[in-house]
Amino acid sequence: MYWRIEVKDKEGVFNSHSESLKDEIREFGLGVVHDIRIKSVYFLIGSLSREAAEKIAEEILIDSVIQEFRVYGEEEPPLVPQGYAAVQILYKPGVMDPVEESTLKGIRDLGITGVSAIRTAKKYLFKSALSRQDLLKVAEKLLYNKLIQIVLPEEEHSLYDFSNLPDYKFYLNIVDLTAASDLELQRLSRQGQLYLNLDEMKTIQAYFKKLKRDPTDCELETIAQTWSEHCGHKTFRGIIDYKEKAGAKGAGERFVKKIGNKVIRNLLKNTIMKATAELKKPYCVSVFKDNSGIIKFDEKFNVCFKVETHNHPSALEPYGGANTGIGGVIRDPMGTGLGAKPILNTDVFCFGPIDTPNSSLPKGALHPRRVAKGVVSGVRDYGNRMGIPTANGAVLFDERFIGNPLVYCGTVGILPKDKSFKKVQEGDMVVVAGGRTGRDGIHGATFSSGELTHESESISSGAVQIGNAITEKKMLDVLLKCRDKGLYDAITDCGAGGLSSAVGEMGQDLGARVSLDRVPLKYHGLTYTEIWISEAQERMVLAVSKAKVKDLLEAFAKEDVEAIVIGEFTHTKKLELFYHGHQVCSLDMDFLHDGGPKIAKKALWARPKAGAKPKIKTKKDHTEILLKLLSHPDIASKEWVIRQYDHEVQGATVIKPLVGVANDGPSDACVVKPRFDSLRGLAISNGINFKYGDLDPYWMVASCVDEALRQIIAVGGSLKQAAILDNFCWGNPDKPDRLGGLVRAAFGCYDASIGFGVPFISGKDSLYNEFSAAGKTSKNRTISIPGTLLISCLAVVDDVSRAVTMDLKAPQNLLYIVGETFEELGGSHYYDILKLKGGVVPQVDFKKARAVMGALSVATAKGLVRSAHDCSEGGLGVAIAEMCFAGGLGANVFLAEVPFRGKQKRDDILLFSESNSRFIVEVERSRQKAFEGAMKNAPLGLIGCVTDSRELKVFCASGSVCCQENISNLKEAWQKTLRSI
Amino acid sequence: MAKPKVLVLKTAGINCDQETAYAFESAGSDPEFVHINQLVSGERALSDYQILAISGGFTYGDDIAAGKILANELKCKLSAELKEFIKQEKLIIGICNGFQVLVKAGLLPGNEIFQQEATLADNDCGVFQDRWVYLKSQVSRSTSQVQCVWTKGLPDVIYLPIAHGEGKFIPKSEAVLERLRENGQIVFQYCDARGNIGDYPVNPNGSMDSIAGICDTSGRVFGLMPHPERHLISLQHPRWTREGIKRHGDGFPIFLNAVNYFK
Repeated sequence: MYWRIEVKDKEGVFNSHSESLKDEIREFGLGVVHDIRIKSVYFLIGSLSREAAEKIAEEILIDSVIQEFRVYGEEEPPLVPQGYAAVQILYKPGVMDPVEESTLKGIRDLGITGVSAIRTAKKYLFKSALSRQDLLKVAEKLLYNKLIQIVLPEEEHSLYDFSNLPDYKFYLNIVDLTAASDLELQRLSRQGQLYLNLDEMKTIQAYFKKLKRDPTDCELETIAQTWSEHCGHKTFRGIIDYKEKAGAKGAGERFVKKIGNKVIRNLLKNTIMKATAELKKPYCVSVFKDNSGIIKFDEKFNVCFKVETHNHPSALEPYGGANTGIGGVIRDPMGTGLGAKPILNTDVFCFGPIDTPNSSLPKGALHPRRVAKGVVSGVRDYGNRMGIPTANGAVLFDERFIGNPLVYCGTVGILPKDKSFKKVQEGDMVVVAGGRTGRDGIHGATFSSGELTHESESISSGAVQIGNAITEKKMLDVLLKCRDKGLYDAITDCGAGGLSSAVGEMGQDLGARVSLDRVPLKYHGLTYTEIWISEAQERMVLAVSKAKVKDLLEAFAKEDVEAIVIGEFTHTKKLELFYHGHQVCSLDMDFLHDGGPKIAKKALWARPKAGAKPKIKTKKDHTEILLKLLSHPDIASKEWVIRQYDHEVQGATVIKPLVGVANDGPSDACVVKPRFDSLRGLAISNGINFKYGDLDPYWMVASCVDEALRQIIAVGGSLKQAAILDNFCWGNPDKPDRLGGLVRAAFGCYDASIGFGVPFISGKDSLYNEFSAAGKTSKNRTISIPGTLLISCLAVVDDVSRAVTMDLKAPQNLLYIVGETFEELGGSHYYDILKLKGGVVPQVDFKKARAVMGALSVATAKGLVRSAHDCSEGGLGVAIAEMCFAGGLGANVFLAEVPFRGKQKRDDILLFSESNSRFIVEVERSRQKAFEGAMKNAPLGLIGCVTDSRELKVFCASGSVCCQENISNLKEAWQKTLRSI
Repeated sequence: MAKPKVLVLKTAGINCDQETAYAFESAGSDPEFVHINQLVSGERALSDYQILAISGGFTYGDDIAAGKILANELKCKLSAELKEFIKQEKLIIGICNGFQVLVKAGLLPGNEIFQQEATLADNDCGVFQDRWVYLKSQVSRSTSQVQCVWTKGLPDVIYLPIAHGEGKFIPKSEAVLERLRENGQIVFQYCDARGNIGDYPVNPNGSMDSIAGICDTSGRVFGLMPHPERHLISLQHPRWTREGIKRHGDGFPIFLNAVNYFK
C-alpha cells in the first residue's frame, strides 16, 4: 500500500518556475495559460499509519514557512481546484528517482520504519481553456521526456503498479552462432544492437568454432562492447585507404597542405600519438594510457585532464544525457592513476539555432531551445553538486546540430606524484563501489556506433540515464581517503560498457573471475547479462589486496557508500563470469582485446571547389556590421550559462570566466590555483571552430590549436609546460567523404602539435554523429554534423599573480596588435553575417606563431602587459570592442597601423579577418620601450590608445572614422542575444 | 592559549569543506574534518570543539529542499549536543548550504525549541546564480542590539561571492522580521558598492529586506548565503588585475574574529 502526499506552496508565495513556464508555453505557441500551480507529489510505499505519513510530510517533505501538504490514501481522489486541469508526471519504473535515497534517509532519521520505497511526481495544475490534448502537448514539449517519464491518465488519481517487477529466473542463453549463415550473422548483430559488421561477426564465429561451442549472450555482448567504436576506436585504429584531391594553392593562400594518397594503419598512432612520442616532453607523465592524460604540476603533484562527449544521450534526453556526461568525465580523473581529485570542469556545447521555427524541426528531434536548456541544467546540477568549478567552455550554434547536438565535458584533476600509476596484482579482489546497478544505460557503448534516427528514441531508450551526483561525491570523498592510506592497487571507472569494460580492461593482462549475483542491484529482475553490461552511473571498480580489503570496505561503510567484493583477478588470462555458480562467460582476454579484425575503410578528401571570390559591397561605415557580429550567437555573451555554474567553488579560480569592471567581459582562458600554499597555477582553454572545417579540416585543426594556445598566452601563461587534448566529433566514418575530412584533421593535429611543441596527452572520438530525419517527402534525409574538433589546453602557470585579463585598464595606455593580418575571411563570422560562402580559410604559420606567443608570454611575465585579448571570432573589431566594454573605457584605433600581408589593405578585412596568432595588447606608456624591445622579433603594430570617452572609434586606413559607437551600445548588442534561453 | 579547535562537518554533498578549513587554519585555529556519522556514533564528540562550521555544498543532494535532510538529521540525532554547544557559548557558522541547514533546523534565527522561523527559498530569478555581491554590515544602533561575534569591526561594505539556487530569505511572519530588525540580528544585507539596497541583481535572489546573513540573539551562531571562504586573498577577487593586490580578502576577518573570540 501507499500514501500519496501532495505538497504545494502556500497562497501568495512567488513561484518563479510557474511564471517562466507560462512564458515558455506562450513562446512555443502552445496556447494561453492563465495560471499554473506546481505540486510535488510523494508516494510513500510500504506499511505505515496515516499519522506516520503526516509526520513525514510535516518534518521532511514540506518547508513549513512557505508550503503546506495533504495526505491521500490509495483510494482518495485528489482535490483539483475549480477551473484547473491536472497533469501528473512520474518516472518510469527502472529509472532512478534521484530524490528517493535521501528521502528514505530522512525518514530513517525520524525513526519511522515501514517505508520500503518512495516515488516522486510533479503535478501541474493549469488554469486555461486548453483541451486535455493540448495540455498533453504542452507536457510533451516542455515538461517531460517520454523515454524516462510518463504522464498519468487523468482519471487515475492513484498510481499505476510500480511495485512488482517480474522476477528473473536464470537460464543460460546460448546464441546459435557457429552454424549461422552470413545473413544470419548480420541479423544477429542488428537485432542484438551489437553494431558489429560481418567481418567482426565472422571472426567471433571462427573463435567459437575453434572452441567447438556456441557463445552465451553475455559473451557476445562483452565482445561487442569491447570492440565498439566507443571503447575500441576501430576507425582510428583500423586501416584507412586515403585519397586526396588537395588542388593547387588558391589565390591569397599562404600555404597548400598536401598529405597525399596513402594507406594508413592506425591513424591515431601515425598522427596524434606520433607527435607526442616525437616531442618527448619530460613533463608528460602518462599519456594515452590511463583514463586521462597526466602531466607534471610541481615537485609533489601531477595534474590530469580528460574531455569526453555525450552527444547521442543528450540528443534524446538533454538533461539526463548532459548530467551523466559530466558525471562520467569526472570519474575519469577519479580513475586515473590511483585517483585524482577533480579541480575543474569544462563544457563546450554545439546546438541548433535557438530561434529555429517549430515548423522546420525534423521529426524525432527536440527543439534546440529545449536541448540547450536541458543540457545546461544537466551539467549545472551535476557539476555544482560535485563541488567542482566549471570555469571554461564555449557554446556554438549551427543548423546541422539540430538533431545531433554536441556536448563536450572535461575534467581536470590533481594527484600526488606517487599516486600516478596503478598495477593490478594477481589475487587482488575485484571491488565495485558507489551506485547500484540497474537496467539503465544498456547498450550505451554500442549505441554510439550508430547514427541517430527519428526512431532512436524508441529503440535506444535504455541508453538514457539520470545521474545522482551525491552518490558520486560521497564516493569521491572516501576514495581519496583510501588512496592516501594505500588501500588499493588499481582503480578505474565504470563508464561506457559498464563492468564489462572496467573489469575487462583491468584484468586484461591477468584474467578475472566475477560472480555477477554479488553485484548490488537497484531492483530485482536483471539478467546476468544486464548486470554485466549495464552502464549505471556512479560506480568505480577497484583492485584490492586480500590483506587490505577489510579496511577498505569498512572505510566505505562508515560514510554510507556501498562497496562489495564481486570477484578476483586471476592468472588464467581468461574472463570468467558466474551467476549463482553457473558459468556464463569464459573468454580469452587476448581474443577479447586483440582478436578483432582490423577494420578497413576508404577515405577521400576533395577540396571544395573555390568558386568565384565572394563579392562584398563594402560600406564606408562598419559600425552596423560590428554590432551584428557582437550579437552573433557564437560571439554573444554566454553569461546566462556561466552564472548557472559555480565557477568558484574550491576557492581557486583566480581568473574567472567573466572579467572586467562589471564582472561581465569574456575572459580568454581561466586560471586556477589548486594548492592553497602555492602561487603555481593552471590555465585552461579551448579552441573550436567547425566553420573552418567546411573549407579545410586541416586548417580548422591548426586554427583550433592556435586559438586554444593563444588564449593561454593572453592570460599570461606559456607553452613551456602545456598539453592539449583532441576530441573529434564527426559524421559517419563509413562514408569516404566524412572519413577523408577526419584523416586530414588528424594530420593537422600532428603538424600543429609538432609546430607549437605542445604534446597531445589524451583524446577521444565520437563518430556517427548524423541524424536521419523522416523528411517532408517520402525520402529520408540524413544530416551530418560538421566535422568538429575541440582542442582543450592545460598549461602550468609559474605564478598566477602575474596573470592578466582582457579588460582595458586605464585611459592613455597604448594599444598594440601582435601578429599579422591576412585576407582570410573564409569561414569567418563576417561572411556568416553577410551569408557568403568560400574564401580563404585562416592558416597558421607554426614557426612564426610560436615565436609570437613565446615573445608575448615573456613580456607578460615581466609585467609589461596590462591587458591582452586574442583575436578570434569576429577578428580585431570584436576583440577591441570586447576589451572596451569589459573595461568600461573607450579606444581610438588606427587601422593603417595594422601589420597586413596581402594585396588589398581593405578596412573590413583588417577589422573582421580571423587570421590566427594575433593579440590586442594594452601597455602603459612608461613601458613602451620595454614592451617593444621584448616583442622585437614579432610583427607588432601600435594601433592606438585607450581613452576615457566610453566610445570605440576606429579610423580607417585613409584616416577617416569608419566605426564609432558608445561602449554601452556595443555591450548591449553583445549581451542581448542570449540573455536568457 | 591553545588554538581553538574547529569541527568542519562532513557528510554526503558538503563540498566547500576544504577551503573553509583552510580559512580557519590561516586565521590561526585548528580545523578537523568530522563526518556526521562519527558524531552520531560517538567516535567524535562535539563538546571537544570550540567552533562548528557547516560549509557550503548540496547536502544529500538538496533533495526535497536545500539543507532539509541534514537539518532533520541534526534535529533528530544531535539536538542535545548542539544545545549544550550553544549553551557553552561556543561558535557556530553556516555558510550557504550550512546557513540553509541552520535555518531549517531552527538554530537560526534561534529559539529555545529548535523551531523553524524562516526559510531560504528558490531564487526569484529561478536559476542558480554565481555572482559577486556587496554586503552592508550590521551596525549596532543601540546597546540592546546584538553584536555578531563573527562580523565585529568589519567595514561598512564588503564584497563576497554567492553561488546558490535557493537563497531567498523569507521569515515566517512579519513579526519574526520585526524581531530580527529590533534585535539587530540582520548581520548582512545585499547592497550596491555604495551601500544602497536595490533590486536584482543587487539583491540576487529576492530576499526579504535584502537579508544575506543573520545571527542568533547571542551573536555567536551565524549564517550567511555568501561565501567568505572564497575571498580570503586578493587573488580571489574578480577584479584584482584592475584593482591590485591587497593584504587579505574581505572574508578573512570573519574567520579571524572567530579565532580571536577565544583569546
